[in-house]
Amino acid sequence: MTSSVPLSVNDLTVAWHRKPVIWDVDLEVQPGQLVGVVGPNGAGKSTLLKAIMDLVPKASGRVEVFGRPYKKSRARVGYVPQRESVDWDFPISVLDVVTMGLYGKIGWCMPVRRKHRDIALHALERVGIAELANRQISQLSGGQQQRTFLARALVQDADLYLMDEPFAAVDAATEKAIVEILRDMRHAGKTALVIHHDLHTVPEYFDSLVLLNMRVVASGPTNEVFTRENLERTYGGRLTLLDEATEAMRRRERTL
Amino acid sequence: MIGLLLMLTTLFTAFGSGSLADAPDFRFSIFDLRLFEGSVTIAESLTDRSIDWPEWNQWKRVLSLRDYNTRIVMLGTGLLGLAAGIVGSFTLLRRRALMGDALSHATLPGVGLAFLLAPMFGLDGKSLPVLLTGAALSGIAGVAAILYVRNLTRLKEDAALGIVLSVFFGAGIAILTIAQQGAGHVAGLETFIYGKTASIVADDARLIAGAALASLIIVALLFKELTLLCFDDTFAGSRGYPVVLLDLVLMALVVLITIIGLQAVGMVLMIALLVIPAAAARFWTHDLKRMTLISAGIGGAGGLVGSAMSAVFPNLPSGPMIVIVCSGLFFLSMFLGGSRGILVRVARRWQLNRAVDHQHLLRGMYEFLEMQEAPGVAAGRNVPFASLLSMRSWSSFRLRREIRRCLRNGLLVRNNDQSLSLTESGLAESSRLVHEHRLWELYLITHADVAPGRVDQAADAIEHVLEPELIVRLEELLRQERATQGVVPSPHPLEQIAADAHTNTATTVVGDPQTSSQTERLR
Repeated sequence: MTSSVPLSVNDLTVAWHRKPVIWDVDLEVQPGQLVGVVGPNGAGKSTLLKAIMDLVPKASGRVEVFGRPYKKSRARVGYVPQRESVDWDFPISVLDVVTMGLYGKIGWCMPVRRKHRDIALHALERVGIAELANRQISQLSGGQQQRTFLARALVQDADLYLMDEPFAAVDAATEKAIVEILRDMRHAGKTALVIHHDLHTVPEYFDSLVLLNMRVVASGPTNEVFTRENLERTYGGRLTLLDEATEAMRRRERTL
Repeated sequence: MIGLLLMLTTLFTAFGSGSLADAPDFRFSIFDLRLFEGSVTIAESLTDRSIDWPEWNQWKRVLSLRDYNTRIVMLGTGLLGLAAGIVGSFTLLRRRALMGDALSHATLPGVGLAFLLAPMFGLDGKSLPVLLTGAALSGIAGVAAILYVRNLTRLKEDAALGIVLSVFFGAGIAILTIAQQGAGHVAGLETFIYGKTASIVADDARLIAGAALASLIIVALLFKELTLLCFDDTFAGSRGYPVVLLDLVLMALVVLITIIGLQAVGMVLMIALLVIPAAAARFWTHDLKRMTLISAGIGGAGGLVGSAMSAVFPNLPSGPMIVIVCSGLFFLSMFLGGSRGILVRVARRWQLNRAVDHQHLLRGMYEFLEMQEAPGVAAGRNVPFASLLSMRSWSSFRLRREIRRCLRNGLLVRNNDQSLSLTESGLAESSRLVHEHRLWELYLITHADVAPGRVDQAADAIEHVLEPELIVRLEELLRQERATQGVVPSPHPLEQIAADAHTNTATTVVGDPQTSSQTERLR
């Protein structure tokens, strides 16, 4: 029984050393939508994505991807991690990185075959850097690195894409290319949850919006949620009391 | 990779098929009593060794591989180095290199305890499998202790590594001392500390070779998965790969290599075989497959040559020999390495400097002519050497060197009165350079808000590495803004260059932060 709801998150809480990073997050993502996740630094945006994919332990809550636990729907989810999360001096080529998206399909211990390289090359064409396929990754610019990561997610042909800051520090041409790909995805009925930092482009890029600052401040269609008042609550009104309480708890634990 | 394995297997069988009857029983030599008599400490035993320069016959015996035992030992250590090079590539890229060091030091108490406790279980305390099992167990305990200390306290990993490494090693030495007092018939267990190839017998060498081959096969099968683990473990986790299990496999390979390397290299220096070949290989290539193969080659060569050296000097510990050979190869790679070696980088910088001088000279010629009265820039018009020299802060040696090169290439001709003039091809080349320089200047003025007075220096700092496609884009961009035909006129008065030439020893670059950081990288 697979549900048509790509992603539903119920009462999700994630904590580091008992200090909550995200608190009681409730979220439902509708199919065929580009959903932006916006919030200040340290609001738990990346943690939310990682918790959805079981990469960090949940303190409580439930996540369902297409009506099933993430483990069962993994093949239908594509992930674009933050560009800074890897060492770009690593001795491999662009094509090698992109084929990593196919490793699950290729299977354990099996070599990468021509068929897979062709799929990877096609994905590189889609993101517009096919001519760089054999380049070593340390020679890429920031935008090209981001396109490489996007291509790696594209080869999976997933139905739900989770992207962590794909627009961070990329050139204008890359930003345009990524937006076009996102729109193509939406056209094909796919869903994307995208962490975003540039408030100017939010209404232009996203159908719905999640405003996150440890808890969900507001979520829904962009034109309803993207208001000055909501943004002030997200960015301005920090939960100072909660912060202080958890900080005090952490300090006490240190001395124990 | 598979071809390599096949080759090794053939080699292995070829060596192994030497008739067993040839093999003298060297078992007793592991437990060489000479080194552990009375209260002789390990430090003393190092200085006690007498080393004679070997006779020619000794060299010949080793180099011709006449002895069955020498052959088998060299095969064993060669395969050990090869496997260590391959596994080391991955631990280096996973940034776990020092974990291997702690692990190998932590094996010492296990060796001592195995020797002491084995008789209680009715086992022979001197048998190699028993000692190595003890070593493996205490090595794993050492790694577990590091993780435990790190996770339970606020100490960072390097502190945990240092503590565990020294405590385990110290405890090991203490246990060995007790062993030699208590057990009466004490073994030359210190072989395991510095390595001693003479102590390796055919059976041991087969064990080493077998374990090395096993680890090679495991890496070959899991190459893709280990690459993913080392490059991007978050992504691997999101795709459902058991990251912790893969890390354990990698750690288990390190344990295996360390344990089988104890006899030949010793626990103190085992880390060298895991780190040096991989680090050296990184200078040669940007491709992981090639890097592991080169690393395997360097490790294998280190093992082979090092153990041969140790066979020539039988009293020297073999660990240092192997490490010396490996580090020799490392320094060679560091200087000569084809992809990031020091010489290659120096040569590249030198080439860039020459190219910069070349462009400065031709631009200087062009701009000097431009400043003169009519008929303007043309081939064959004189430019005095002195005015070229005053245009930039370059020495007359550098200028003359560059002039000689342009004369050879037919871009300039020398007139007899200390002046030069452009040839037709020199004119074409210098027009192109001036044009590109000014396009870039215009771009900086209009798009990066660089003051026209400073733009010459700012442009100069970057343009020498501009790729042709960037020039095309630059032209397109500026063509939309203004119609350009032929060489663009200079956006600032040209006399300024000559005036600046004497003050700009320390070039300051203005412009957006990205520009200046790019400039810094160039220098």
